Amino acid sequence: MKVKEIVEILKAEILCEGNLEEEVKTACGSDMMSDVLAFVKDQSVLLTGLMNPQVVRTAEMMDMHCIIFVRGKKTDNSVVDLARQKDITVLATPYRMFTACGLLFSNGLRGGCDIS
Amino acid sequence: MSMLHLTYQVPGDDFTRAGEASSDVKHKLKKLGYDPDAIRRVAIAMYEGEINMVIHAGGGEAIVDIDPDRVEIRLEDQGPGIADVEQAMQAGWSTAPDNVRTLGFGAGMGLPNMKKYTDEMTVDSQVGVGTTVFMKVFPGKKE
Ligand SMILES: Nc1ncnc2c1ncn2[C@@H]1O[C@H](COP(=O)(O)OP(=O)(O)OP(=O)(O)O)[C@@H](O)[C@H]1O
Ligand SMILES: [Mg+2]
Repeated sequence: MKVKEIVEILKAEILCEGNLEEEVKTACGSDMMSDVLAFVKDQSVLLTGLMNPQVVRTAEMMDMHCIIFVRGKKTDNSVVDLARQKDITVLATPYRMFTACGLLFSNGLRGGCDIS
Repeated sequence: MSMLHLTYQVPGDDFTRAGEASSDVKHKLKKLGYDPDAIRRVAIAMYEGEINMVIHAGGGEAIVDIDPDRVEIRLEDQGPGIADVEQAMQAGWSTAPDNVRTLGFGAGMGLPNMKKYTDEMTVDSQVGVGTTVFMKVFPGKKE
């Protein structure tokens, strides 16, 4: 699916706009950054409840292009500024982690790991 | 001498800046047209090591040597050291306090990830003296 479809599915607010036309296939949802860093299977979307610059750094190291902050986290400007420098799209969804992941999965996004 | 020799001071008191050294290395490797898979492996392994120096050792120094056939990363700190390196290398082992956990670290996956993504890795550590992690990545190898 395209990043702009994620925006619709998750009723998301765009905090930082990268390439909304980009095609994404796999995602990862976690609040522990080393868990995210453990699987490099061309994942392009990161869902997290954490709001700090290390989330953007983690996405950067992994070449992920879209970060989604779940459950209406209050925005931290330093996070958005760093994402802008790195050309990463940042979205905020009112849904909680479980629901946000479920919605994306049922619309075709996968986990990218062996057992999906 | 390596083709490109880089050194970074990694401040221990500024969590928000942790990862800047790794980000810079990633950027430089990209500019050099380095193998994308090797770039990602270097970036992740160095980033995990950099974060470890910040959260466990009060900062340190990163020394990176880049050549066409290899990237060598040395991470040196004068932190508390690791009493049992073998134990620290196990997935899930962590001494990170709760405040670090709320920042998204402390899963005990950093050292195992570094081992997984690099082609060679050694950890030299002495309690009360410090820790040196030395890693090598050869482009074209692994995965
Ligand atoms: N540079 C260091 N100085 C002192 N202790 C360290 C250092 N690096 C790692 N350790 C010790 O080894 C343990 C395991 O490190 P590892 O990176 O695998 O996990 P973590 O940092 O606790 O959590 P994560 O990396 O998943 O966020 C740490 O909890 C800490 O006790
Ligand atoms: Mg760690």
